[in-house]
Amino acid sequence: MKCHHCESQATVHLTQIINGQMHKMDLCESCAQEKGVTNPDNLSIGSLLDNQPKFESSSASMTCESCGTTHQDFKKGGRLGCEACYHVFRPVLEPLLDGMHAGINHLGKIPSRSVERKTVLESEDALRKALQKAVEEENYEKAAELRDRLKKLQAQSSATT
Amino acid sequence: MFHDLFFSKTKGKAPKPCPIALSTRVRLARNLREFPFPGRAQSGQKKAVLSKCLEALEKVTDLKTSTSVELDELSELDRQILVERHLISLELSQSDESGGVVLSDDRSCSVMVNEEDHLRIQVLSNGLDFEKVWKLADSLDSGIESKLDYAFDQQLGFLTACPTNLGTGMRASVMMHLPGLVMSKNMDKVINAVNHLGIAVRGLFGEGSDASGSIFQISNQQTLGESETAILERLQVTLENIVHQERMAREKLLEDDGMRLVDKISRAVGSLKNCYLIQSSEAMDHLSLIRLAADFGFLPEKFRALADRMFIEVQPGHVQLSAGKPIEPGERDQLRAETLRKEFLRMPQLNLDPQVD
Repeated sequence: MKCHHCESQATVHLTQIINGQMHKMDLCESCAQEKGVTNPDNLSIGSLLDNQPKFESSSASMTCESCGTTHQDFKKGGRLGCEACYHVFRPVLEPLLDGMHAGINHLGKIPSRSVERKTVLESEDALRKALQKAVEEENYEKAAELRDRLKKLQAQSSATT
Repeated sequence: MFHDLFFSKTKGKAPKPCPIALSTRVRLARNLREFPFPGRAQSGQKKAVLSKCLEALEKVTDLKTSTSVELDELSELDRQILVERHLISLELSQSDESGGVVLSDDRSCSVMVNEEDHLRIQVLSNGLDFEKVWKLADSLDSGIESKLDYAFDQQLGFLTACPTNLGTGMRASVMMHLPGLVMSKNMDKVINAVNHLGIAVRGLFGEGSDASGSIFQISNQQTLGESETAILERLQVTLENIVHQERMAREKLLEDDGMRLVDKISRAVGSLKNCYLIQSSEAMDHLSLIRLAADFGFLPEKFRALADRMFIEVQPGHVQLSAGKPIEPGERDQLRAETLRKEFLRMPQLNLDPQVD
């Protein structure tokens, strides 16, 4: 079996399931190394596929002014460079996140400093929207969780004011 | 059928340490707001991150009794040993500059600095116990966060160099010993079934379904869109199902072809007692059977603990540690064999009629 990227013999066989769809890929040792396959913690087969839909050409010139990461860098290495990158590359990132994760809204821990930093109202709004969406999707488990989060947040904000 | 079993819930059971699960780990990825992530940072910025983090970590209550080390100060062998003990990642061990690690004295917590992210907070414990491990990781993280400004976004959560870690930044994993599923050739089915649930399985020492020693690391793949506790609960349900499948596979092996199993175990005993040259992967496979024999009651309990200790000590770095210097692979095989012969010298005959308790 030949490597997906070069002509060498493939020795690394990768299977990943994203949103219930199975993706398979065969790589040689050196391509696997290069693509970071040896570190499965951070692996996404999406970044390895040549034939994935390319982003519109307008995004090709995207560059993060803060750290210098280009859209090309991100496509090649799958890594972003700094906090600001997440604003710059948001349009190309969001469609990817959908297939990568269980959802696109953070439902976990909120660092206390960030609560001070951003207004509580802002995230209340985001939670309310997410809650509404979860209800529409009839994902009640998620909705219940969001509702609890919202309650907690409202309690926090009333405690601080 | 396998697939169905993984969807069934076994809620209400208290998480108990069980011999099938070797250890539980929770890892949190965090970055500082004002610096580029390590992959993009200039050398000076990485240095600044390292000193800022080490200074902050010193003051964190959960790390009161700990040691902090800059990777530059460590020899290649020292680094390898930390990797084999799962205290630092392979990636950090290969870092060229400004890598650091803070290890609590009881080795339950380790915080890596300038790995793929500025901070990788890790808590380890024996057996299967997400509740305890998450509680400690959460508290450690809050302690650090009170001293450092994290990169955080209301929608995307904790910002990480790789988008696969976004949100909670949490990767929770359990190391499991699954010889029954491997021997009965059911491991592929299990991997397939749990992959559908967003859970990853990989061999700890080697890839695929025939990892040496039959030890697998099972972890969540997704980090965004669910709370930490929701991720852990989902993982817990899956793990309990895997434990159940493993138990059934073992029973079936014993029932269907017990003599072959006993023969295998007995040969492993023979090899460990009589080897003169042995590679780590072969040693791992024999140790796996010793562990299984202890689980069946064929060998006294203490041999499970011995097997667990030897799983680490047969690794290349640890063999060289016992030699006191870096040595070539051939010499390692000899020294490894010598250690195993000594450790297993007094192993009793298998007790094939164990008292069931």
